[in-house]
Amino acid sequence: QLSLFRFTVKRLFSTSHSSVDSKEMKKFQLLAHKWWDEEGEYSALHSMNDLRVPFIRDTLLNMSTNYHLGNPLSGVKILDVGCGGGLLSEPLGRLGASVTGIDPLEDNIRTADQHKSFDPVLAKRIQYKSSSLEEIVEESMETFDVIVASEVVEHVADLEMFIKCCSQVLKPEGSLFITTINKTQLSYLLGIVVAEKIIGIVPEGTHEWEKFVPPEELQRLLESNGFSVKTVNGMLYNPLSGSWSWMESTSINYAVHAVKSGAQGQSGPADALSETESEERSATAGTTA
Amino acid sequence: TSAVMAVVCGRGLLAPLGGRLRPGPRAPLRTVAAAAAAAPLYDVVVSGGGMVGSAMAAVLGHDIHFHDKKIALLEAGPRKEYGHMPDSYSNRVSSISPGSATLLSSFGAWDHVCSLRLKPFRRMQVWDACSEAMIVFEKDDLDDMGYIVENDVIMSALTKQLDAVADRVEVFYGSRAVGYTWPLPSHSCDTSPWVQIELADGRSLQTKLLIGADGHNSVVRKEAEIKNIEHRYDQSAVVATLHLSEATDNNVAWQRFLPTGPIALLPLSDTASSLVWSTSHEHASELLAMDEESFVDSINSAFWSNVNHSDLIDTAGAMFRSAISLLKPSGMAVRQLPPSIAKVDPESRAMFPLGMGHATEYVQHRLALIGDAAHRVHPLAGQGVNLGFGDIACLAHHLSAAAFNGSDLGSLKHLLKFETERQRHNVSLIAAIDVLKRLYSTRLAPLVLLRTWGLQATNALPPVKVRI
Repeated sequence: QLSLFRFTVKRLFSTSHSSVDSKEMKKFQLLAHKWWDEEGEYSALHSMNDLRVPFIRDTLLNMSTNYHLGNPLSGVKILDVGCGGGLLSEPLGRLGASVTGIDPLEDNIRTADQHKSFDPVLAKRIQYKSSSLEEIVEESMETFDVIVASEVVEHVADLEMFIKCCSQVLKPEGSLFITTINKTQLSYLLGIVVAEKIIGIVPEGTHEWEKFVPPEELQRLLESNGFSVKTVNGMLYNPLSGSWSWMESTSINYAVHAVKSGAQGQSGPADALSETESEERSATAGTTA
Repeated sequence: TSAVMAVVCGRGLLAPLGGRLRPGPRAPLRTVAAAAAAAPLYDVVVSGGGMVGSAMAAVLGHDIHFHDKKIALLEAGPRKEYGHMPDSYSNRVSSISPGSATLLSSFGAWDHVCSLRLKPFRRMQVWDACSEAMIVFEKDDLDDMGYIVENDVIMSALTKQLDAVADRVEVFYGSRAVGYTWPLPSHSCDTSPWVQIELADGRSLQTKLLIGADGHNSVVRKEAEIKNIEHRYDQSAVVATLHLSEATDNNVAWQRFLPTGPIALLPLSDTASSLVWSTSHEHASELLAMDEESFVDSINSAFWSNVNHSDLIDTAGAMFRSAISLLKPSGMAVRQLPPSIAKVDPESRAMFPLGMGHATEYVQHRLALIGDAAHRVHPLAGQGVNLGFGDIACLAHHLSAAAFNGSDLGSLKHLLKFETERQRHNVSLIAAIDVLKRLYSTRLAPLVLLRTWGLQATNALPPVKVRI
């Protein structure tokens, strides 16, 4: 019954009614085995872990009262969308989370599977699947505590559908973490001209400025689809030191933390007051639980 | 089939890349990664169970972010039981700085040391045999400058604290590592990404990070082909446990620079002190061979005799001193007289050769060197083990942060941070100790004048003294 459904979904996929862009997939195909070279094409993503892992970890720890510093994310179910070679899934797994990593490119999944296989602890905690987000929605309704979509939304074909699917597989009060690139003159200059063409820290052709997402638009889409945006932080990459840092301005890279509203469903400006009330109530319920 | 593959290439993966043949079937390495390789996998393996290696393992074992990690400590010697301290003092002692004491108390070992025995000292007097120049170190507040502790006492405290975290730290006694296999750095292939360790009894371990704490002849460092700058001094150190002529507060550490090498008296109790006398190999052998009375006479003479003074130097030194007292009236400290020795503990005399060494790299992918494996110094400054404890504090800090970030513990990124921090600290100190050793090894007037004035000037200048 499940395989029949999969077949139907795949047919939908092929008529491009999905968030996966096949042109994008082709770009990543060529570099599928380069993920784990820390000094290679993906070095900037490796060093981004120094920012995004503490961001995710500390945000989740701040929302919870029951954790152990030796295994901070124990018991948390995380979906890593567009996991690539597993660069972010592995640190989250090491912190104790149960991670499901999905990526539409099979070669990426193969690289990720192989890399985790040598570590018995990670091999158990992380499951990878070659799949798009839509394909897992039906079997994963309200399954995950956290969704992470890092450096992904600037590659999807239909952002609103992507966000809707995130909402469907996320538990109520669950967290969504997004990192992406703003659509500004500065991001064109630094993110594409300098990064790709001049100093080559990003493989050429990786990004298309047209698909960059301004934080205002992302926030609008999130809030009209049942999310409440809690944090927006700018990020800056220093190519000389190869490291990332937080910055006030979101004009180049930025990170977002949003929380799916509780059982009430979609929230609009009119529901804002009642939504904050119910959030407070369910927040205290969380702490006493 | 994948299970069969796993078993078969498990053995293949254990074959060292150096091509050493092993008995039994050899599987081709191109097969799929063995998820269940034969050798147990640890997060950190510390090779070498001396003071520095044991402390490293204990610090990690007590670190909250290592709560769920697996650590192993490899020690070639047998497990020593330190149940009861003998009445007589051991002749191997170390000068423990306040910073090292802080590290040891961070995981509960310092309390054990204090409950066994140690001697705090408040003052250090260092002077020249060829002149009147002297420098005194003491803290303005009534804090201790440092502590003289027997190495056995430290090991006893460390063993207790390792036992306390036995669920996290596995200590392998009587286990010497005979081979290390290093992984390829850019991991894109099917071979194991971990360091393989082969023990003498045939067992194997795998680890994500290997910490080499196996002393100045480090096997880990050699196998990693890390270049080591080393130099053997033409000196050996003679150690012994001495008894003073009369009981005294004995809270001063004494060191006199003789042309043949520095002689130091480190307080152990109100009536006993430990001797560390660095001198030529021949003189050291003589000292060990002579009868106890002559030995005691040599020590007293070394501290009290002025035979190396010359009029020129004495006059020049006196002139400089009066010049300083014009500029800085309070610049001269009171000269105390060292205690005289009555007898030496029989059987407590021993000697060991001295040298200096510094590894050009402290870290590689999945490897870090600490303690004497990374740097070896002359005992004249009492810094040896303190440098090692400093390495531990720095490395543990970076590893703890890396663990809390979910990073791969063997990743060069944070290991390089440790290397930079420690090399920045260690290199100047090691170079300074070497320079001091050479400077004080001569009777030549110009150099004696230089160091005389230098020492007097340094004694009068508080900022420089504080840095030391």
